[in-house]
Amino acid sequence: MTAMTPAGDYRSTYREDMTIFPTRGSRYAVWLGLALLCLAPLVLGRYELGLLITIGFSAIAALGLNILVGFTGQISIGHAAFFGFGAFASAWLHESAHIPVALCIPLAGLMTTAVGMVFGLPAARLKGLYLAIATLAAQFILEDFFARARWFTGGVAGRITEPFELFGWVADREESYFYVVLAYVVVMFVGAANLMRTRDGRALVAVRDHYLSAEMMGINLAYYRTLSFGIASFYAGIGGALYAHYLLFVSVEAFNILFSIQFLGMVIIGGLGSVMGSLMGAAFMVLLPEAVQMAADALAGGAIDRALRLGASISFLREMVIGAAIILFLVFEPDGLARRWRLIRAYWKLYPYSH
Amino acid sequence: MDWSLLLQLTLNGLIVGALYGVVAMSFVLIYKASQVVNFAQGEFLLVGAWVCWWLLTDWQLPFWAGFLVTLAFMTLFGMILQVVVLRPLIGEPVISVIMATIGLGIFFQALMKWIFGVFAKPFPPIFPVERVNLLGLEVQTVYLLSLGISVLIMAGFAWFFSVSKHGLAMRATAFDQQVAQSLGISVPKVFAMSWAISAVVSSVAGVVVGVVNGVSSALSFYGIKVFPAVILGGLDSIIGAVLGGLIVGVLENWAQYIDAEWLNWGNMYTIAPFYALILILLVKPYGLFGTRNIERV
Repeated sequence: MTAMTPAGDYRSTYREDMTIFPTRGSRYAVWLGLALLCLAPLVLGRYELGLLITIGFSAIAALGLNILVGFTGQISIGHAAFFGFGAFASAWLHESAHIPVALCIPLAGLMTTAVGMVFGLPAARLKGLYLAIATLAAQFILEDFFARARWFTGGVAGRITEPFELFGWVADREESYFYVVLAYVVVMFVGAANLMRTRDGRALVAVRDHYLSAEMMGINLAYYRTLSFGIASFYAGIGGALYAHYLLFVSVEAFNILFSIQFLGMVIIGGLGSVMGSLMGAAFMVLLPEAVQMAADALAGGAIDRALRLGASISFLREMVIGAAIILFLVFEPDGLARRWRLIRAYWKLYPYSH
Repeated sequence: MDWSLLLQLTLNGLIVGALYGVVAMSFVLIYKASQVVNFAQGEFLLVGAWVCWWLLTDWQLPFWAGFLVTLAFMTLFGMILQVVVLRPLIGEPVISVIMATIGLGIFFQALMKWIFGVFAKPFPPIFPVERVNLLGLEVQTVYLLSLGISVLIMAGFAWFFSVSKHGLAMRATAFDQQVAQSLGISVPKVFAMSWAISAVVSSVAGVVVGVVNGVSSALSFYGIKVFPAVILGGLDSIIGAVLGGLIVGVLENWAQYIDAEWLNWGNMYTIAPFYALILILLVKPYGLFGTRNIERV
């Protein structure tokens, strides 16, 4: 990865090379951003907070998918099914075993990891497009399972979930639940950024870049591919559980193939193999339909609106924009928003001299 | 056991399977020529069927004219997709190309819903006789015709690839692009042509299904059902695709029969091919006729 640092790379120790934040400024910027986010519930309305929460749990799931697709080079078209499994698992644990919700979320993550490993074991033997097709099948099989397993998912009626609760503090409103999601986002993102600095993280990247060389370096391919599937499922499960306790209702139909594709879109648009890119991609994907809605509202009542039936077909417009965004990014910016962001940062840093 | 029902279901399976075979064949055509796994194959059926429907109802064209115009449109459509979207992605990793075709799929599915609505719309009646009696089994005329068309297309493919100049050029490109180029074959042209043929052939299947069941976005599910068929037959084998399609068609009808008689799980018609798909990938990932170069680790 080219770091886009100005005029050469002055790193002289491994410690410097492995740092998460390349400059002191970027570390302060992250702290400042977190502080601003902590103040957000005081300023923003419930709707905007809802969007931020949605970005949060989507970003966690997208990060998991990015570890699988971007860092390990394994494709999965069934991520939403694992996301959904996490959502149902958390609701089911709370209702059947009466475990407090705060504990249910990580436990749901672990349960999803177990399921992901089951699908990951055969997947570890496949690669590339064969894996893509296998996970596509997994998506349909799991969707069918959701509709059938009434004891687990509530069947077609869906399942009602309880709000998050910790030591008597109930997070049943956007203002309070926002902090729960924020805490999880920070933990999961720091976890992923650190994972990539360990032996295991580098092994995953090696498997992606050249699996034969990786194997010759003593990396167990099947082990790391399964591990990557497990980690991705864990992130999906946590994201799904957070989703379940935010909406307080989980429906069987929510986790369809389009949702899976949205996760892939987040990873592609954010940037394959970029931790922060997952967050940017999730934000883009969540805000894109909002932008479409705003554009349609702005045109409402006009001649264009009447001719194209914008108001009635807004959901199709959203899908079209999602598809178009994925294609446009692939053709014009294959490295995603993460690269664009690095370019912008480098531009301002070097201004007015471009080298 | 209800033997006549089973026989009827098997026949239905073969007829639907022949259509799967046709779609699978056009899928394999793209894969062989340009190494692209096309997740938007179902949308070819969808777009073709809607265009034909629109020409027949809004423009009141006779069936043959509307059908020919549809084929001409789909030729252009396939070519333009290849040139505009897929050509810039040559040399990119598999995931990018797969995602691009998935993006195309979502885009056109939503576009069709936007233009034509979400409800299934029937074609105007084309044949004077609705059903014919064949050896004691009731068969819709359209189904018979679809079987005929499928066989015709398959024969056409066989001729195209064994005799015609363009077909041979395509086979050469699939075998080795550099050698093909050195022999004066324009590889970009071959890519565009393979997409055009694939789009046309798929749209024929789309129109046939549309005439039988009405046109709706359910058509694009054929693009998903293609995967069990092509994996079963081997990703790069045209004969395998046809055979895989037939087997999947019969399999889903039998699964439905077994489900209705004994299991009562529901939905097996849709799901059974995917269980089969996972099984095949584990046991024999190169399928019945595919090239055995898939590395397993």
